[in-house]
Amino acid sequence: MAAVEKVIGGHPGMYATFPRKGGAAPTATHYCPGCGHGILHKLIGEAMADLGIQDRCVVISPVGCAVFAYYYLDCGHMQAAHGRAPAIATGISRAENDSIVISYQGDGDLGSIGLNETIQAANRGEKLAVFFVNNSVYGMTGGQMAPTTLIGEVTATTPTGRDPQEQGYPIHICELLDTLKAPVFIERASLSDIEHIRKARRAVKKALEIQRDKKGYAFVELLSPCPTILRMDAKAIANFVNEQMEKEFPLKRFRDRSGEAGSINRAESDFSQEALDKAFGCESGVCVQFQDDPEFVAKGVKIAGFGGQGVLSMGLALAQASFGSGRYVSYYPDYGPEQRGGTSNCSVVISGQPIGSPVVDHPDVLVAFNRPSLEKFAPTVKKGGLILYDSQAGSFQAPDGVRAISVPATGIAEERGIPQAANTAMFGALMQAGNLGLPREAYGNAFKVTFAKKPKLIPKNLDILEAGAHAARVLEMSSKK
Amino acid sequence: MASQLIDGNKAVIVGALYAGCDCFFGYPITPASEILHEASRYFPKVNRKFVQAESEEAAINMVYGAAGAGHRVLAASSGPGMSLKQEGITYIAGAELPCVIVDICRAGPGLGNIGPEQSDYNQACKGGGHGCYHNIVLAPASVQEMCDLTRKGFDLAFKYRNPVVILADGVLGHMVEPLEYPKDAFVPVIDPTWAVAGSAETRGNLITSIELNFDEMERHNYKLQEKYERIRKNEVAWEGYRLEDASVVLVSYGISSRIARSAVDAARKAGIKAGLFRPIALFPFPVNALRALAERGCKFISVEMSDGQMREDIRLATGCKPVGLVSRYGGNLIGMESVLSKIKEVA
Repeated sequence: MAAVEKVIGGHPGMYATFPRKGGAAPTATHYCPGCGHGILHKLIGEAMADLGIQDRCVVISPVGCAVFAYYYLDCGHMQAAHGRAPAIATGISRAENDSIVISYQGDGDLGSIGLNETIQAANRGEKLAVFFVNNSVYGMTGGQMAPTTLIGEVTATTPTGRDPQEQGYPIHICELLDTLKAPVFIERASLSDIEHIRKARRAVKKALEIQRDKKGYAFVELLSPCPTILRMDAKAIANFVNEQMEKEFPLKRFRDRSGEAGSINRAESDFSQEALDKAFGCESGVCVQFQDDPEFVAKGVKIAGFGGQGVLSMGLALAQASFGSGRYVSYYPDYGPEQRGGTSNCSVVISGQPIGSPVVDHPDVLVAFNRPSLEKFAPTVKKGGLILYDSQAGSFQAPDGVRAISVPATGIAEERGIPQAANTAMFGALMQAGNLGLPREAYGNAFKVTFAKKPKLIPKNLDILEAGAHAARVLEMSSKK
Repeated sequence: MASQLIDGNKAVIVGALYAGCDCFFGYPITPASEILHEASRYFPKVNRKFVQAESEEAAINMVYGAAGAGHRVLAASSGPGMSLKQEGITYIAGAELPCVIVDICRAGPGLGNIGPEQSDYNQACKGGGHGCYHNIVLAPASVQEMCDLTRKGFDLAFKYRNPVVILADGVLGHMVEPLEYPKDAFVPVIDPTWAVAGSAETRGNLITSIELNFDEMERHNYKLQEKYERIRKNEVAWEGYRLEDASVVLVSYGISSRIARSAVDAARKAGIKAGLFRPIALFPFPVNALRALAERGCKFISVEMSDGQMREDIRLATGCKPVGLVSRYGGNLIGMESVLSKIKEVA
């Protein structure tokens, strides 16, 4: 096979020979004669070489005829899944601030299966040059209708021509992207003949200059001849692009904001341990040693009520009190559909040994802030267990073998001017009557962590905690009499 | 070392950042969204990169791009999102890129609900997308392991240039336990031998999974299979609890293994010699260790919130021994009593 027929090897920005392609013609491309891809490859290679940016460039090849762009262009390469190149480009560009990312895509890839990625990357203003080859048809897969197929155009899947009633109208990508704020540069050019290629060369170079200067998103659509699939000779395909395609897709520089756009730079990642310890607030970290204590009887606590009653924050405070006492602890918020219905519950397990299930089905202690929770969970409490419920839930007969204490938690909190602190009063009752095996001071200390961001609230809450404990003590004593 | 009470989803972010993870790309989905939230909060604090992607597909392809550039990259999702990501994962496996993907499994099939299940076992462990490939799959069972296995996941991902899935569930994501912070922070270095980082030294590199030549493509497949064999040989990880004299062995991972552990204690109290075998890595599956237990005459029960997806692997490992199953679906956790009664039935 004569390599001379379609030689482009050795052109600026391109490899001298194409060993990745293999085969008998080491400087010939795999593209058909008259195809626009080879021309665009040359323009991109030339612009990369002129601007001296090849080291920084990563070309993302699409699924389609240009999937092998990496045979030819002398720079870094990644090959993409169909339509996903702009997302891959985003990943590279975000990870490597100095990289220049080039997404090379055809019409099916960019305008059909990957349209979302196309629009969203443009809308984020990614540092990315997109070269969009629009030849009005799927090439590599065998000539099916593309999103840019013209009305009446015959393809493998529109054998009687594209009918807008059935297949809709050609999509105009430049015009679509021109509705977005972020893109810096949008132009539609053509690769049909020498005169058009000269203009296209300027657009390609401009898009890469914008990348060199890190200014953001640049998009160049190139109307491109596909003589093989459209079954035309050289002259006919040039006419098709110039007359029919251009009529549907007018050549135009839609936008050039490269003058006013500043460069986008992302700071270098900080991998130091100091920065991480600071970010997570563990420079002066608590060091808690958990020691197995088989003598400590594990306790399961269930806390339930309406959303907004502080059910989950009370659970976390109890977990914190256990944690601060060096006990093994788990806290699990039930996030089932009930959450939306207004009730919520959580489980806290406190143990002297590593904890099995974090979900408490049969609590030693149930804390119920409302009637529905009381009725739902009271039957699950273990024999010998305890129920603490807000007095507002009304009178309640505890199941056999279970002790129940009606705590005026809401009343205590309201009297002290913080009605939303009923859970703190209940926490005090739990400290008093819960028999959970935690030291008394652990409860108050837990507030130092849970209120770390609002330290002013700590004294008032300690007051309510004690009031809750006092109420429970009085009630316990009166029930013993 | 510092410890804090935090939830499993945040522990993933802690593990990732101390492992030198540089980028997070995600899309909201319950019950994995907290990982996204925490990433958006903590990644920028240390100038790491965070993008909320337009879709699960875009998110996994951003992972492909940044991983291809040689960086440590994290993604997180849940069942329906994992299904969407499978295209990207097979490309990542085919192109041999390292990354860590956290799956906070929810109830399915279809939209299902946001409760916990373990029904993503097959799509995580058996490839999930098209072509012959495997993810390395790690299954944490505590908040501490959510952190530690995420970190280990990065080491394995880069050791083998392979995607690693952290397979967890909604309970592990939301539960709060003490976390001991990592003792050191890993500082990653880009490997110029394969990465495409937009730099002079990586200019000649190529990330791809296409190969038109059938024989070349076959050679690539053999190379992948050899890699999976190395992983099977080197990376088996499991933990035993009261197995020494056990006659009934519960096999269980993740949150179910915690319930199974409680059931083992309850069975022992009732005089039954039960034990727990907890795979920490699901791929590679601990075939030899299970076979040894089978040869000792143990009886097996798989405790998992699925239709016995892992049970099939236990059957294969134990030479097609009968394996009992205790399962729940739809977001319901397995109750300890149902495990206990199955133990009594089998014993």
